[in-house]
Formats: sequence, structure tokens, C-alpha cells
Amino acid sequence: MLKKGDVPLIFEMGAPGRQAFSLPANDVPAKEPSWPAELRRQAPPRLPEVSEVELVRHFTALSNLNFGVDTGFYPLGSCTMKYNPKVNEVLSRLPGLAQIHPYVPDELVQGALQIIYELEQYLAEIAGLARVTMQPAAGAHGELVGVFLIRAYHERRGNPRQKILVPDSAHGTNPATAAMAGYEVVSVPSAARGGIDVQALEKVLDDSVAGLMLTNPNTLGLFDENIHVITDLVHQAGGLLYYDGANANAIMGYSRPGDMGFDVVHFNLHKTFATPHGGGGPGAGPVAVSAALVPYLPVPLVDFASGCYRLNYDLPYSIGRVRSFYGNFGVLVKAYAYIRSLGAAGLKQVSSDAVLNANYVMHHLKQYFDLPFERACKHEFVLSGKRQKEKNGIRTLDMAKRLMDYGFHPPTVYFPLNVEEAMMIEPTETESKETLDLFIGACAAIAREAIDEPEKVHAAPHTTAFGRMDETRAARQPDLRWRPKEEVPAGNAVRG
Amino acid sequence: MVKYIPNTEADRQKMLADLGAASVAELFADIPAAVRLNRDLDLPPELSEMELAAHLGALAEKNAALTCFLGGGYYDHFIPAVVDALVGRSEFYTAYTPYQPEISQGTLAAIYEFQTMIAELTGLDVANASMYDGASALAEAAVIAVRKTGRTKVAVARSVHPEYRQVLATYLAPRQVELVELPHEDGSTVADLIGPQTAAVVVQQPNFFGCLEDVLQLERLAHAAGALFIVSVDPVSLAVLRPPGAYGADIATGEGQSLGLPMSFGGPGLGFMAARENLVRHLPGRMVGATNDTRGQRAFVLTLQAREQHIRREKATSNICSNHALCALAATVHLSALGPAGLSGVASLCAAKAAYTRDSLNAVPGFTAAFAAPFFKEFVVKSSYPWDKVKARLLEHKLVAGPELGRFYPELTGHFLVAVTEKRTRAEIDRLKAALEEVAAC
Amino acid sequence: MYPENLRYSSEHEWIRVEGGAPAKGGSGIVGITHFAQEALGDVVYVDLPEEGRVLKAGEAFGAVESVKSVSDLYAPVSGTVVAVNLELTGHPELVNQDPYGEGWMITMEIADPAELDRLLTAGAYQGMLKEG
Repeated sequence: MLKKGDVPLIFEMGAPGRQAFSLPANDVPAKEPSWPAELRRQAPPRLPEVSEVELVRHFTALSNLNFGVDTGFYPLGSCTMKYNPKVNEVLSRLPGLAQIHPYVPDELVQGALQIIYELEQYLAEIAGLARVTMQPAAGAHGELVGVFLIRAYHERRGNPRQKILVPDSAHGTNPATAAMAGYEVVSVPSAARGGIDVQALEKVLDDSVAGLMLTNPNTLGLFDENIHVITDLVHQAGGLLYYDGANANAIMGYSRPGDMGFDVVHFNLHKTFATPHGGGGPGAGPVAVSAALVPYLPVPLVDFASGCYRLNYDLPYSIGRVRSFYGNFGVLVKAYAYIRSLGAAGLKQVSSDAVLNANYVMHHLKQYFDLPFERACKHEFVLSGKRQKEKNGIRTLDMAKRLMDYGFHPPTVYFPLNVEEAMMIEPTETESKETLDLFIGACAAIAREAIDEPEKVHAAPHTTAFGRMDETRAARQPDLRWRPKEEVPAGNAVRG
Repeated sequence: MVKYIPNTEADRQKMLADLGAASVAELFADIPAAVRLNRDLDLPPELSEMELAAHLGALAEKNAALTCFLGGGYYDHFIPAVVDALVGRSEFYTAYTPYQPEISQGTLAAIYEFQTMIAELTGLDVANASMYDGASALAEAAVIAVRKTGRTKVAVARSVHPEYRQVLATYLAPRQVELVELPHEDGSTVADLIGPQTAAVVVQQPNFFGCLEDVLQLERLAHAAGALFIVSVDPVSLAVLRPPGAYGADIATGEGQSLGLPMSFGGPGLGFMAARENLVRHLPGRMVGATNDTRGQRAFVLTLQAREQHIRREKATSNICSNHALCALAATVHLSALGPAGLSGVASLCAAKAAYTRDSLNAVPGFTAAFAAPFFKEFVVKSSYPWDKVKARLLEHKLVAGPELGRFYPELTGHFLVAVTEKRTRAEIDRLKAALEEVAAC
Repeated sequence: MYPENLRYSSEHEWIRVEGGAPAKGGSGIVGITHFAQEALGDVVYVDLPEEGRVLKAGEAFGAVESVKSVSDLYAPVSGTVVAVNLELTGHPELVNQDPYGEGWMITMEIADPAELDRLLTAGAYQGMLKEG
């Protein structure tokens, strides 16, 4: 039985016969379909039967249980939770952009192709590279394309090689991606200043290494001052360099991955270029490449010749396709609009303020929490909750939950893996000084509570609509779909 | 002054003063000279909001507004206003992945509802929280089969969407898996080439030609060989056609664009995947499960995360990090708005109108319905006239049909797809027929 | 916490040899130690191999999952899997509650008893833990 406080489900409302949809009558002669009986559905699917008002109230209620960037400060490190401009939402919904079928012939969709073409040029310029594929639907998808490209390059030269190097601070997608592309992953340690240990790198570089995957600034928010040395070393060993663009918000207008020596770069449009995160997607992960890798790009590319944009499928060495059609066009439009709104000076200002805001918050928090690397950060920084854990057993998880009571979304926690009790904080440039000061105040208060009132922190959150979840139960007895009461197996009392 | 940046110069000065820095440039001092950009980025000058709207409006107008009879995986279905009204709530679209469940129950509950609806439609036990598109979902399903069986071949019907087959090839290439193509006859698959090294048999229902496959027979052959049976399905068709779970499929995938997403020139779409219970720990992507919080309230969390990249790293079931959460939300709202009657109603209208269209076009001299097999909402027409002529004449009537199949199937040059959804009126269909009659008359 | 009659691997598995001094073909029961289950936290799932699987010493044969982490399981010695603890499918918490008893994972037919000598005694294992 649904109790007060339970999250409601659409299946638990409505009544037989209700629907929130109207259909016109059939205006063609009715004809019995020629489907064989054994291919017909016997019982209708058990979907909700609700009126429009019930539908709207239900999803409105659900939305009220969510916290978005529009709700408040969301300093998730490595996610770049910046403000999503509303004009971009509106423009992406223009019928001339939203209602085009992907198979409409090229000559009839010149506007759409122009957007893709021009966005490619902007991203190539920001990356400092030659061409860009818009196909990948997400950062991880872009990474997959990137590693496939590296593989194709080496295969064409007669030896695909076996290993991909990643730093020990790498995001989990990096090794997962390398494995999907058939590579073995080798971890390279970080040095004292937080960048890659160059000597350790030299030891592992040989002709079995296909490439090195890096992000710069790295997941600690630190710019690797040896980056050009690193890229040179890898190139000398015949390897390629992949740049994870998750942290591109730190360097626009200041430095370009292509100039650092990277051969292939993915961008997260839903991070750096302000397209919405959507609760987990859709995003887009375009991949920029150096001239040497262009032949392997997924098809199609958008070309411009004789005054006309067209889809070019003529890439004989292409790795093929990684998705249907051309890319998450609805997302590309928003990124395009963002870049057009800001221009070069605007994008540089974005990075400047992202970095200023992060350093400001870091400066004021380092008295309360351990700072593993004492140097200027870029757009994000990492603190350790070690001090609090040693004093009273209060963990980063507890402090993150307590932040919700202060009206903030917690930062990224327990990542990167090479910092104990990590908290990764990325304010972004779209936050005011007052918000940052409130956040600093809340963190300071929690640091004090961790000493004086540890139980309060340990049992947080207190003021949110929901408390901590029994994740053990969720994993031990997976309940992954609603079922009508009569189908619920005995002992599975989650619905009561 | 960028309007999305609150900091004023005064704010910046105060912050720099706290940092003991003279300028922001000092914070970038660790970028070595060798990699510094010493010029402005070469981008067009910034546009004000008014100018931006005018510019994008002009680009939108360069895309022709045509009555759509195009098929091939994306369809011009009707989307009720309530979908965008709810999906446009910023608490949904400006949120991140629900890693902090206490303040993300909106996203989590909606995904749980989505998982339920996909499981219901497909007749299978469990679904994930969505994937990028139908093509990559199908590819990931094939990877599951290869990993699970350890076999080296995947048999895929030629009648599966050509772009999906290309994606399959790309995903399977590093695993040294051989793709064996099952040919088609009169629009349906002939399955001779399934053997003991087959990890999976992959078909599409309805297939790319719009025809229904004999999935019962294909399931028997697949399982007799010890292969997994994977079907890529049209979710709207599942209102009226037997769902994959009811004919023994192990995994069902598909493209959910037909469930409340605008066509948007091919993306973002909505991949979905559902499977039998025994495969749940092999599934890629996120999954939401029900549980209680410390206060005894029913709530939802991301679960079975040990499969995923951020934990399992190189042994993860996939590298997929995100899902298409907002698209899944749109589909959930759309399916809730339709209900079983609405979805059946849409499916029946599609079928009736497609049948009427096929009969109409078949009667035009020089145009023939290519396949006799049963079909759902699209079908293949063979044209005796050059495709360019047909296309041009349709355009004069502000119509578009296709795609022309010769670009994918050399043996089907001169054939084109026609898809008919509930949006196509009798008048539009009659106009399509009239346009083709004009081609015949020339 | 670390029974004397077991042998331990550096990967935090234990093996209990059945029936006294083993001849070739004797069997051993394998599980994870108290330290391992505590480090994992609540075990939510155990991924076990099929009976009949042949393992080399040090080979990964499965995994044990908690909510936020996964650990691979490594064969302490070479041999063939002859039994698998199916109770763990429905009750993974047994690994936490009784890691040396009802939380057992597989039984192996030991190929080479000499390999047992390469494993750690309870004292040596605890020493290893202290060193961190």
C-alpha cells in the first residue's frame, strides 16, 4: 500500500478506460491486417490508464523531488554543471530543426547540415585539430570512437599494438573503453605535483603501446606542466594521444589539446558547451582528430563544396558507424547556439571565471579539509576528508549528505581513486560570489559539526524529503520494475 | 559581458584579493609557453539573443517542410503537447545522473517507470535505463551474447537496418567475431547459416523492409544451435504484434524515437534493451531499483552498479556511462498519455493507413508493392521510373518518401520505402498517389 | 578471525583441505577471509564458476560484489571445481556473516598438493595484514 512519503508511481493511479490522448477517427477504409495469428499480441500491454490531469500532477510531483542546476548550486567535479541557457532550449525546438526526418535528401536540409558543418569548424578550432565527427552520443561513446580510431591507425600500419596507458587518476570509462576496443590497460602513476610521473611513463613506453589516454587538466584539476614532454615521448614510441575533454572548461582560449600534442580529442557538449544533462542524458561527445586520423573517422562527414553542404560517405578507411544517422542533432543545435552566443572572447571568459571561482573556493576551504596538492588549480579541485575521518570517523559520504541539508547538491565523492575520501568540487563560471560564499560557509559549518556534533553529520541528511537509501537491499533483491500486486513474489515487500 | 557569468569586475577583484593574485592570468601561469595559445580563438563574433534567434530561425527555414512518408527507423508520429510540457520542467532537464538519490527521486522514479513499460511492451523480465539509440543497443546486445557464450560468430539478418548492421560490425571488430549475414527472400529472412559457433541470431521485427519475419521459426533455429535470440523491435508495433518475450527472445532492443521524441534530424534517439532474468547481470547501462530509505519510505536508487564502468573498469559490461534519461522520460510520459488503448489505436491507424497506401500505390502503373509478406506501418515499392524523377515530382507536391534502397541494397535499386503513421491523412495519401500517377503519365 | 587449520592466499582467499593430509585428488573448500568481507562491506552478489571448470593457481574464477565495489576471486591452488555454493545466490550475506562456514564458495579437487605449501599460515596471513 502506498504510504505518505513513498515516491508515487504512475501505475498506482488512474482507472480502466482513462487516457490522456485523443486520436482522430480512421479516414481510410478499414482492412483486417494480414498478420498470422501466431504473430499477434494476445493481451494488451499493462500501461497506465490516466487522464491528462493525473498525468501532469504525477510528473510535476516527481519533478519536485529533483534537484537541478535551476534549483541550486551543483558543484559536481568533472561534470561541469553550468547554467543551461533557455534560448537554446527554445531554438532547438523550432519545427524547421526538430521536425526533420534524417533521410530527407541533402539539398532539402541545407540549414541542418550547415549547423553540423559550422559546429565542426568551431570545435576543430577550439581543439586545435583538423576534423570532427559528431556521431558519438556521449563522452564515453566519444572515447570508444577515439580508441577505435587509434586502433585503425595502428592496424593500417601493420601492428595494432596491445596496450593503452591511463593515469592512475583516470575515470572508469577509460579502462572500460580500452577493453571494449580489445586493448589491455596499463596504469601510469602520478607524480608529486599531481601530473603524470614522466620517468614511470618512459619505463612503460615501447612498441606494444598503442596510446595514452589523458585529461589535462587532470581529474585533480591540475594542469600537467610536462604535457608537451609527455606527448613527445609517446609519439617517439610510435603511440598516439587521446584527450578526454571532460575538463575543457578550464582552458578555452588559453591552450588547445591539439597544440599540446594530442591526436584525438573528445568534447562533452553537455559539460563544456552548456547543453542540459537531462538527468543522465542525452549529451553528445564529438571527437576531433589530427590530419593523420581523418581517413578513419566514422561516416558520414559533412562537407561543403560548390555552395552546397552534403553528407560524405566516401571514407574507404573509416572505422564505420557507431550509431544510426549523424549525431544527437538536437543537442548539437544547443551547443552551436551557445558558441555563437559567446564568441571567442566569451569562451575565454568562461574558462577564466571557471578557474577563478574554483581557486577562490579552494583557498577558503583548505583550512578545513586536507588539500592533497598545494598549488593553483584549474576549474576544479580535490579535497580529502581524511582529517575528519581520523578525528571522529566522519567520512566524506557523511559530509556530502549533510550538504544537502544546507541546500546544495554534494560535490563528486570518492573520485579520483588516488585520493583518500576524495571530494571533487567544480563551481563553474555561472555561479556568483555570494553563492560561493554561502557554499564555503556551509562546508565550514559541516567541518565544525564533524568535530562537535559528529552524530548529526553521520545521520545526514535530515531536512530532505528522503533519507539515505538501503542500497544493499536494492542490489541483493533487485526490484527493477513495477508489478501488479497479484504478481509480487512473497517476501518482496518493497511495495508493501 | 557574457550574460551567463554573474561575476562582475568588482567581484573578481575581491576574489583575487583573497587569493593574493594580481590577475586571473596568474592562475594560468603553470601552462607552459610551448602550449599556450597566443591569439584569440578564430570564431565568429558573439551574437545577442535577438541575433541568435534570427540566425537560427533563418537556418531552420532552409530545411524543407514536407509531408513525411519516410521510414527506415525514424518516423513522423504525433507527439501530444503534454510530453514537452513535462519534459521541459527544468528540475528534470537540468539535473545530473541521480547519484545522490535523496534529491533525485524524480529522475529515478521516472526511469523505474520506463523500465517497467519497456519490460511490459517487450514481454521480457527486465529492462535497463536506456541507451543511445536502437543501433548501439543492438550492438551491445550482440556483445553480451559473444561474452556469454564465448562463440565467434554472430548471424545477422540482411533485413536488419543497414546502419544497425554497420554499427554491429564496428562494435564486434575488436573481438574477432565473424558476422554471418542471413539472406532474405521476398522480404523475409532465410536462416540456413546458423551453427554451433553462433553466439547470437539477430533479426528485426518488423524488418527494415517493413515485413514481418517468422520469428517463431527463427527462435527455434537459434536455440537449437545454442545461440541467443536477439530481436530489434518497433515499440509501437508491440501494441498489436506478439512481443519478443512471448516467442522466446533472450534480448529485445529497439529505437524509442517513435515514443514521443521529435525526429530532430536523427538524434537524440532512445535505445532500449530488455532481457530475460538470467541475463540481468550481463546488461550494460544504468538500472534503477526499488528500495526503502532509512525512514521506511519507498524510494529508488541506481543499482547493480558493479556492472558499470565506474566500478568494474576494464571488466565492465560496457563503457557506457550515461543513458538518454530525458528521452526515456519523454517516452514514459508519452506511453502514460497513450495507455494501452491509445497505443493500440495508434498502431491500428498506422496499419490501416499503410495498407490503404500500399494498395493505392500498387494500383499506379509502373509502381508495385515489392513484397507479399505481412507488414506493419511501412512497405517497399518497386518503381519502374528513375528515382530522381519520382523524388522531384513528390517534392513539387511537398511530399517526401523513401529512403531509396539502392544506396543500401544493390539488389533493390529502384525500390523505395514508404512509411505511414497515424499522422498521415487520407488526403495526404491520395496526394501521394496522385503525384506518382503524374510520374507514370510522363 | 583467522582459523589455524586453514591456508591463506595473498588475495585474501582461504582453503580448507578435507580429510587430513591430501593425496593427489584430495579436495579443498575455498572462500574469502574475514578481512576481505569486512573491506567489501555488504556482499550483494557472488559470481561463481560452473562445476567442472579447471583452474590454475592464481587464475580468476569469479567475483564478489558489494554495492560499490567488486573483487575478483583467485584460485589459491590449481584444480577442478567440483562443487559450488548455490546458497549464496539467494543469500549473499552469508559471506559476511560466516565467511569460513556457510559463506564457502567452491570446492576444488586439488591437482598438486605441493602448491598448498606456497600458501600462508594463519600467522603469516595476519602478519601480512599488519604490514598493510
